[in-house]
Amino acid sequence: MDLIADHVSHRFGTLAVLDDVSFIVGAGEVVAIVGPSGCGKSTLLSILGGLLRPAAGAAELRGAPPADSFNPLTFVFQDFALLPWGTVEANVEFPLLHTALSADERRALVDDALRRTGLSDFRATYPKQLSGGMRQRVGIARALAVRPAILLMDEPLSALDSQTRELLMEDFIRLLADGTMGAIYVTHNLEEAVRLADRIVVLSRRPGRIREVVNIPMTRSERGGIEARGKLVALQTELWALIRNEAIDAEREVQDA
Amino acid sequence: MLERATPRVSQDDGKTGTRPVEFRGAGFVPGTSRYSGWIALLMVIGIWQLAGSAGLVNPLFLPTPSAIGRALSQLALSGALWHHLGYSVMRIGTGWLLGTAAGVAVGFAIGLSTLARGLGITFISALFPIPKIALLPLLILWLGIGEEPKIATIALGVFFSTAISVYSGVDAVPRNLISMAQSFNVPFATIVRRVIWPGALPSILAGFRITASIALLLVVSAEMIGADYGIGAFVLQAGNLMQTDQLLAGVLILSVFGLAVGKLIGLLEARLLHWR
Repeated sequence: MDLIADHVSHRFGTLAVLDDVSFIVGAGEVVAIVGPSGCGKSTLLSILGGLLRPAAGAAELRGAPPADSFNPLTFVFQDFALLPWGTVEANVEFPLLHTALSADERRALVDDALRRTGLSDFRATYPKQLSGGMRQRVGIARALAVRPAILLMDEPLSALDSQTRELLMEDFIRLLADGTMGAIYVTHNLEEAVRLADRIVVLSRRPGRIREVVNIPMTRSERGGIEARGKLVALQTELWALIRNEAIDAEREVQDA
Repeated sequence: MLERATPRVSQDDGKTGTRPVEFRGAGFVPGTSRYSGWIALLMVIGIWQLAGSAGLVNPLFLPTPSAIGRALSQLALSGALWHHLGYSVMRIGTGWLLGTAAGVAVGFAIGLSTLARGLGITFISALFPIPKIALLPLLILWLGIGEEPKIATIALGVFFSTAISVYSGVDAVPRNLISMAQSFNVPFATIVRRVIWPGALPSILAGFRITASIALLLVVSAEMIGADYGIGAFVLQAGNLMQTDQLLAGVLILSVFGLAVGKLIGLLEARLLHWR
């Protein structure tokens, strides 16, 4: 199943935030969206995930979703969006409650998602008892439980400390390794983008337009090696050069506002 | 290869000519003491009793705690206490339940519907500030002189505060949780039941504390204006007859009733909001 941004534009009142953005995310492909602050990255993700109607253009799907998917387009949120009154298990089960699955079938899916995210021993724990990294793992487990075709990840690591970010990045790489699940990964962090994405869409400052689309010329498994590090850093430097001046302008704009 | 360094050059290094950093973090963290409040209360009652027993206070104006206790005991033994209390509890219970049910329904409608919000907030803003006891004579005209106007007064008082606390609670449910549920195609009714209701519950239960006090205030006021039985009527009659020991016994019952309701709501909060 492909997800298509078809000439998407959007504005909030008189403020134009996106202008004619088009690209395709193929099955199993990981696309990162980067750009200066306020360029409309998260707005674009909300439009692609059906949480926001675009002012112009459309988000479209091509091809059938996987037969076992309960929610082909599934978000992983920056702030985790966990129900504080539910245990880890209840949070992971939440998106399955309205499906036709039996309690046993739901339990099997929840068990599998908890196992894949290393949360099996924390099923009875409440979110407030967990660290930020563990909370985001719950958010990931919840997303995995519905068997998504494409994960829509809105800066999923930005609220976490650097060590936890590193650990979760390793988890993402592992979860996306078999290519059955695609992802759109919105981030400020260029290092995350070059480590995870097959392709990087660089947006200009507001209103966000596609400035560049960059392919990462190696597989994710190749990127773990020492020799790949140099190439990734070079890519990161090139991307930063693309964004830097606009990031400075965007920052000044925010400060002036 | 990591080049390791020692934290200090030598054991003695840096210890000569030093002074401790001044601690500046004290205060602003008031502690709680389990017994101090009770000890203070017992001391006040003791001083009150001593002052009364020594003849320093006229018992007509302020009877001693022991006299109030005796009056309370006589009221309980004669059955008058239960008779008055029964009427008050029936009025509070019925009025509070009616007002709460209507307030929760209207509060949720205002919290969830644009149309209901447009209409409801205007009416609530206009009617909320009216002291509801002022409506009792009108309600007597409409509903007669029985229990209905007193119950309706309490229900009205409870309704407005409940509606406000419910829609404030609904408004306070984090939008990201609703977006999360929508992103999983969770149906509207399930979002209301599993996201908005538990999210609004802290505000709703806080509202219950306020409406319990409002109900107690209104029942006493209504019973003082137009009732033969009930704690409010009893307190008024005792005052008219200058039976201050019985008057204060009635006030004590009201205080205990208020405390009991507060405790009940506390238990409810502990059970329903254990996740906080």
